Amino acid sequence: MSASSTIPLAPATSIGANSFWRRALRHRSFVLGTVLCLLVLGAALLSLVWTPWSAYDIDVLSKLKPPSASHWLGTDVFGRDIVSLLLVGARATILVGIIAVGIGLSFGVSLGLTAAARRGWTEELIMRMSDFTFAFPAVLSAIMLAAVFGPGMVTSITAIGIFQIPVFVRVVRGSAGAIWAREFVLAARACGKGRFRITVEHVLPNVMSVLIVQATIQFALAILAEAALSYLGLGTQPPTPSWGRMLNEAQSLLFQAPMLAVYPGMAIAIAVLGLNLLGDGLRDLLDPRLSRER
Amino acid sequence: MSKSNDTPLIAVEGLGISLNTSRGRAQAVREVSFALRRGETLGLVGESGCGKSITALALMGLLPDSAIVSGSVRLDGGELVGLTEPDYCRLRGNRISMIFQEPMTALNPMHTIGRQVAEPLRRHKKLSAAEARREAIALLDRVGLPDAAKRVDAYPHQLSGGQRQRVTIAMALACQPDVLIADEPTTALDVTIQRQILDLIADLVEERGMAMILISHDLGVIAENVQRMMVMYGGTVVERGTTAQVFSRMGHPYTQGLFRARPRLGAGKGTRLTTIAGTVPELADLPKGCTFADRCSFVIERCRAALPVAIDVGGDHRVRCIRTDVSMAGAVAEAGA
Repeated sequence: MSASSTIPLAPATSIGANSFWRRALRHRSFVLGTVLCLLVLGAALLSLVWTPWSAYDIDVLSKLKPPSASHWLGTDVFGRDIVSLLLVGARATILVGIIAVGIGLSFGVSLGLTAAARRGWTEELIMRMSDFTFAFPAVLSAIMLAAVFGPGMVTSITAIGIFQIPVFVRVVRGSAGAIWAREFVLAARACGKGRFRITVEHVLPNVMSVLIVQATIQFALAILAEAALSYLGLGTQPPTPSWGRMLNEAQSLLFQAPMLAVYPGMAIAIAVLGLNLLGDGLRDLLDPRLSRER
Repeated sequence: MSKSNDTPLIAVEGLGISLNTSRGRAQAVREVSFALRRGETLGLVGESGCGKSITALALMGLLPDSAIVSGSVRLDGGELVGLTEPDYCRLRGNRISMIFQEPMTALNPMHTIGRQVAEPLRRHKKLSAAEARREAIALLDRVGLPDAAKRVDAYPHQLSGGQRQRVTIAMALACQPDVLIADEPTTALDVTIQRQILDLIADLVEERGMAMILISHDLGVIAENVQRMMVMYGGTVVERGTTAQVFSRMGHPYTQGLFRARPRLGAGKGTRLTTIAGTVPELADLPKGCTFADRCSFVIERCRAALPVAIDVGGDHRVRCIRTDVSMAGAVAEAGA
């Protein structure tokens, strides 16, 4: 054939998982983000099988102890072990993040894809509805929902989840719309594919990278929102430990025991930072244009 | 192919397409008619925006929902205009296929080429994954992709432009369609590759007895690759006939202008290309009469009155011009000079 055939073809294996992980390991913020996220995940998993002390037992005699060999980070105002509280609190954080982002993803993605595929009044309706939802600040709406349905984890997760939906609708509609305008979609239609198949086989895979990145960022926002709601007393209810509630309880003792506020604050910061770095890393790694250069 | 019968494979009659543009409704295509039998090839030439691609998309049923199509398109006697989307989906890629201009963007970057070639086979011919894969390798081999058995798992970005166009051809031909539409299949490719791709398409058309519609703005490509041609301008066919007829006795002033605007080897250094004065009219406000009137050097008052009818200047070579007496006399004089 012509000169074009002399372009070397990389072995098929370098395309798949291998090259992704090789590039990933060289990506600093991806590695750091992954480590931080695994730290939080590990803490939550560890708390299921082991904590240094019970996170629920109150021991007023040993309250507000400084760090020691038995209580590594000291105890809180009820004498509970801080390390144990942080470990168990990670569960609430991850649970809220996963469920809320799950709600946002499943509804947001299907609505966004539908809007991009159907156009016309369907798109108008979906987009105006998501604008309407988007117009309310999430935390404020969560407070409203908590006022109506009573505070608690379910209410806060639902509220945070609902207000994730329009973010995903917009992101997906935008990128899916761009994919629909691409020639390979026209080519796919010329091959006889219907709207649904094109959406599933061509549009969704191509918006996936944007989606994953957005999901990690939304995960971080959900964690912040949960912490804020718990801090306000509308999220996780006592005695279930949560980082936001720990902050709330530490507030009144800010001058006697400032470290009580620092520990959960650090934990939240680590989780959010980890997710943001992970999202950044994924955005770089999943961009086909960047991967092609290597 | 030996199987030739009298009903044409694809027959287009009085095709009109009206599009919704930012400037209101525009009659993008008017009174386009042609018929093709198996093994016949037709070229569509014209500048950008003259309605070539829109005509192709109309045949494929891929126009935007807002487009209004009038007239008739028959495939093997069955009417395509007004067909429902699911019915059209069964035809596309199966009986009527299309090759696109940009091989760089006509392939999905996320899927392997093998999967994309196998897709129509699985869909229309209901082949199993393994059968479709085997067929895809055979097809890729047929279109001249070297080492097809290995490259079937490659992604589009690992191939060169020419190779990708071979893949899109394999995709279009997977289900052995009856009609192939090639919309500027070589415009995005190097000149050296162009020839190979066009030869490949010509071989395949002959081998499988398809009818082909080749769209190009390149007169050279048209001259060498099709039996009959139509010159389009402003949404109408201004001249049609066999390729030999049109090239030997260009009847329409626009065809003559196109021909003069070709770059030629051996022209003196610094010679400027002859251009056609003016620009293509906006489809939203086409003139009432001949669409070429504003750019034509033979224009008279009567040209602007109404769209001229296509007149036969000999052997079913039709020219949509009322001044062929003058324009063709000029052409003859020029050829003699």
